[in-house]
Amino acid sequence: MSAPTLAATVQLPPAASSPKLPRKRGSHPGEGRAAWILAIPFTLLFLAFTVWPVIQSLFMSFTDTKQKDLRTPFAVNFTGLQNYGRALSDPVFVKAAANTAYFVVVGVPLTLGVALLAAVALDKGITRFRAVYRLGFYTPVITSIVAVAVVWRFLLQPDSGLVNTVLSWVGIAGPNWLGDVQWSMPSLILMATWRNFGTGMIIFLAGLQAVPASLHEAAAIDGASGWQRFWHITFPLLRPTLLFVSVTTAIGYLQFFEEPFVMTQGGPLNSTISLSMYTYNQFGYGNYGLAAAMSYLIFIVIAVVTALQFRLLRENT
Amino acid sequence: MLRPRSRYGRWWIYLVLTIALVLVIAPFAWMVLGSFKGQGELLRNPPTWWPEAPSLDNYTQLFARLDFGTYFTNSVVVAVAVTAGNLLFCSMLGYALAMLEFPGKRVLLTIVLGTLMIPGVVTFVPLFVIVANAGLIDTLPGLILPFLVTPFGVFLMRQFISGLPPDLLDAGRVDGASELGIFGRIILPLCGPALATLGILTFLGSWNNFLWPLVVAQTEKTYTLPVALALYSTGQNNTQYGLLMAGACVVVLPLLIVFLVFQRHFIEGIATTGIK
Repeated sequence: MSAPTLAATVQLPPAASSPKLPRKRGSHPGEGRAAWILAIPFTLLFLAFTVWPVIQSLFMSFTDTKQKDLRTPFAVNFTGLQNYGRALSDPVFVKAAANTAYFVVVGVPLTLGVALLAAVALDKGITRFRAVYRLGFYTPVITSIVAVAVVWRFLLQPDSGLVNTVLSWVGIAGPNWLGDVQWSMPSLILMATWRNFGTGMIIFLAGLQAVPASLHEAAAIDGASGWQRFWHITFPLLRPTLLFVSVTTAIGYLQFFEEPFVMTQGGPLNSTISLSMYTYNQFGYGNYGLAAAMSYLIFIVIAVVTALQFRLLRENT
Repeated sequence: MLRPRSRYGRWWIYLVLTIALVLVIAPFAWMVLGSFKGQGELLRNPPTWWPEAPSLDNYTQLFARLDFGTYFTNSVVVAVAVTAGNLLFCSMLGYALAMLEFPGKRVLLTIVLGTLMIPGVVTFVPLFVIVANAGLIDTLPGLILPFLVTPFGVFLMRQFISGLPPDLLDAGRVDGASELGIFGRIILPLCGPALATLGILTFLGSWNNFLWPLVVAQTEKTYTLPVALALYSTGQNNTQYGLLMAGACVVVLPLLIVFLVFQRHFIEGIATTGIK
């Protein structure tokens, strides 16, 4: 769900400029009333289920709200920044943060790289069956992560799993993918890349097709090689697309939850527990205030990472 | 074409892409084939590819013993309700924001756009408190209501409707249509592509949604498919691989069929909502 949501943010500039309507403001008597009739259902649901929870979450994060306070969410003690301090000094939370960083720092470039490679191959390398490959590569994106995790857990079994069987054909003794502290996170990263590169590929394809062919032809006449053309023409023009895909992928990966929840339960030895999963665990233990503080910490990290990506990819264009 | 090239492009790119395609699709093939195998065959080392004695036992058990029929119905009801709500309410507000002038418009627009980026994890805990206090835990409305509208839906519909000619409104007014009639009879029928994209993305998101149903659906009567599958795969049935493979098929295949039918809309929708 986060991918489409974020899709919107990068588009903000065109959205913010509302269309110039060639009409006088308020020239139609029923207009304001009709507009509000149309706006009311959304506004009420939105206030109740989005705006209010955002505010209440912030409030909760400064209190000692527990499960027993469920009925009286405001009769709780104000504890200042105590929850934030408790989260940051919790070794498991720190471990979860390190795991999440690992997942994002390796997973995002890998996913983007595979997506870009696939998009360039489909755009420039071939002329037929493009739709078949595109469809095939996109299929993992639409499937339920839970179902996929169930299948992968089975594929990655150390002894009778398909992956290790195939590896043994070429003489490689595959590791105990999900049971080994060293290999558990790489396994999840590989699975996430497999599952998510299709979205990036589709968006890159659309971006590549927007690069005017005349630019390439002119550069080719000037003697630029294929690689030079990619690096000096395609890549700069693809920068906004790259920014968009890296922001949405990073935001999704920063919140990764289902993969460890279904495949490893955060193990072995907390080697795959993620920030979202640990937050969920605290919520499960009834520590609502602490969980809210953790969720705001995740939010802050997401905001900082997004701002950083905008700086890196917007500059030097 | 820059360089004279064979009609089919370079053969080795086809080879690499085809190997990649096989690797990407293999887990699905394995899942479908595995759902027809018995427990003994699934645990065999080395594993078999084609089922030796294909049987529907896993599916029979899934629906007879584990009640996957109920979970399937729940998933469909929730996804259809959530999709219908988003299509209706988001297009209503999207139209008002794109074409109409009304007091409070700027504030509303700012709040909607401002919440686009807030991750779900932030609203999760208080949302649970609200839904619990409303007595909606372990009910289908508890699974539906929080997702009935999304700022993304409003954003998408507003973007699309902004591109329609504003003269349509005046034409409708001259013809004597009411303000709401203009929306229902003139604007909405023109929104087909945007509604298709929003509908598909919403249905997909709802069908695969996991975290929220996991905490709200607490008994079997309200489980959705991903919740049931996750609980069975981490619970006492976790070694019944055939059942799990069949369960995964029941979660994935209906959506895969919908996807194959509407794939053009899916992919164009992703491409056009992603970039301009």
